[in-house]
Amino acid sequence: MQALTNRAKSVDRKPMTFLESIYLWNIFKGMLITFRHIFKKQPTIHYPEQKRPFSPVFRGLHVLNRDEEGRERCTACGLCAVACPAEAITMEAAERVPGEENLYREEKYAARYEINMLRCIFCGLCEEACPKDAIYLSETFAPANFTRTGFIYGKTDLLIPNPKTEAADLAKAKGEL
Amino acid sequence: MIEEVGTTTEGDLVINVGPQHPATHGVLHLVITLNGETIKKVEPHLGYIHRSIEKMCESLTYRQFIYVTSRMDYLSAHINNHACALCVEKGLQVEVPQRAQYIRVIMDELTRIASHELWWGAMAMDLGAFTPFFHAFRERETINTIMEETCGARLTMNYMVPGGVMFDLHPDFQKKVKAFIQQYTSKINEYDELVTGNIIFQNRMKGIGYVTKEDAISYGCTGPVARGSGVASDIRKIAPYDVYDKVEFDEVLETGGDSFARYLVRVKEMQQSIRIIEQLIDNIPEGDFQAKTKAVLKLPKGEFYQRVETARGELGVYIISEGGTTPYRIKFRSPGFSNLSILDHMVRGHKIGDLVAAMGTLDLVIPDIDR
Repeated sequence: MQALTNRAKSVDRKPMTFLESIYLWNIFKGMLITFRHIFKKQPTIHYPEQKRPFSPVFRGLHVLNRDEEGRERCTACGLCAVACPAEAITMEAAERVPGEENLYREEKYAARYEINMLRCIFCGLCEEACPKDAIYLSETFAPANFTRTGFIYGKTDLLIPNPKTEAADLAKAKGEL
Repeated sequence: MIEEVGTTTEGDLVINVGPQHPATHGVLHLVITLNGETIKKVEPHLGYIHRSIEKMCESLTYRQFIYVTSRMDYLSAHINNHACALCVEKGLQVEVPQRAQYIRVIMDELTRIASHELWWGAMAMDLGAFTPFFHAFRERETINTIMEETCGARLTMNYMVPGGVMFDLHPDFQKKVKAFIQQYTSKINEYDELVTGNIIFQNRMKGIGYVTKEDAISYGCTGPVARGSGVASDIRKIAPYDVYDKVEFDEVLETGGDSFARYLVRVKEMQQSIRIIEQLIDNIPEGDFQAKTKAVLKLPKGEFYQRVETARGELGVYIISEGGTTPYRIKFRSPGFSNLSILDHMVRGHKIGDLVAAMGTLDLVIPDIDR
């Protein structure tokens, strides 16, 4: 058959010899390659006993950041919710009252902040959109739950431990302990 | 070999393969009419994984809709994103920095190798050979690790933004890619010994699913399916995008037209991808990885079309813009759909056992066929 271009090379099609047609040699050759691999280094990682380190840019489940003094960074501006292609983020803003300066960094804060992890496509656009460095994608992944509502993460699930009062928890969450 | 066979008559057997069948790689549903063991007709039924991605994209902004397209052809997610980013850039008339173009092309080719590796393993597994699957995944894992370090995810990379890439390369990137090239080239012989040169494998593939060049053109086949029949259809050669016009590589063409020819095209294409990466990896220019674009992208009123070569063939992105922040209408020309349409023509007259040998070489990804 003639090809439509002159760039083609034709496939080689020789008839089989008798030795080839009894297949035994080919089965043996294949088995030999497979057998050779018994003595080679194992590329398998025995998850969950062994775990592979993640790269710093890995996009896992979200966390909400606090600043060095343990105050919430999020100001409920809603830019992450606008940037989200999956419409997974909802929030409700509230105003800081006097006496709460140690809890929230700015005058406005998120009273309710929810991410639906079943809707999220882990694209990282919320992280890019955030002007306050409040939302980050962590290295945790593969969440498990019994109900669908359990996948709607509220503020208690998302916020990182307070570096002042819960320093041990934070170090554990970061994998330093 | 292929004779004209009529439609269902009395005594014919109609069986369903799928939507849950290991050989269909997803939710493809084939209604097969059999006469004894001979296939009279194959009718693919679609719609099991329709997520209306085109409609969804109409309500998303030009920055957002790129990431939804990773879910179309998940094995070449990066190339899908590339097509969308190029189409938006065409509308915005943004000049992409050289560095970003180099990164994009290297990533494209890595994705292509990963996709062909998975196809190679799955294809051999369809035919009953289990070991190649593990061998393919061993190499694919290396690519996935590189992807994770650079892009942040292993499968749905989301590395593209209109105007460049999301962030700069990982410092170890070049070292890791070179290590992968070395690993891969040391394994090619093993691949050939294990599968390509195996007479049992060749006997099952040769002369199966014959497609002439006229048929390949008239059914709209692209990618390795068309190139296996001798139709030059590589978009990287026909309409080069980014830095594909600067690299040297051969468009792999086979004239056999059967399953084995399509198999050879893909195996050789992996080596061409390695060749492209080798040329680019040492010459990544310094500079910006992203062009400066506005925070809110607005395409001018008009129609924009961009096509790229994914691992499966030609992917076209067609955007109609009314001047707003979201596309008015978006259409994806997916390679899988046209490639699937030739299945009936390919396997008529063959035995049922040859169906998988023919279908496997089409490299079907169902979410790509049925968006």
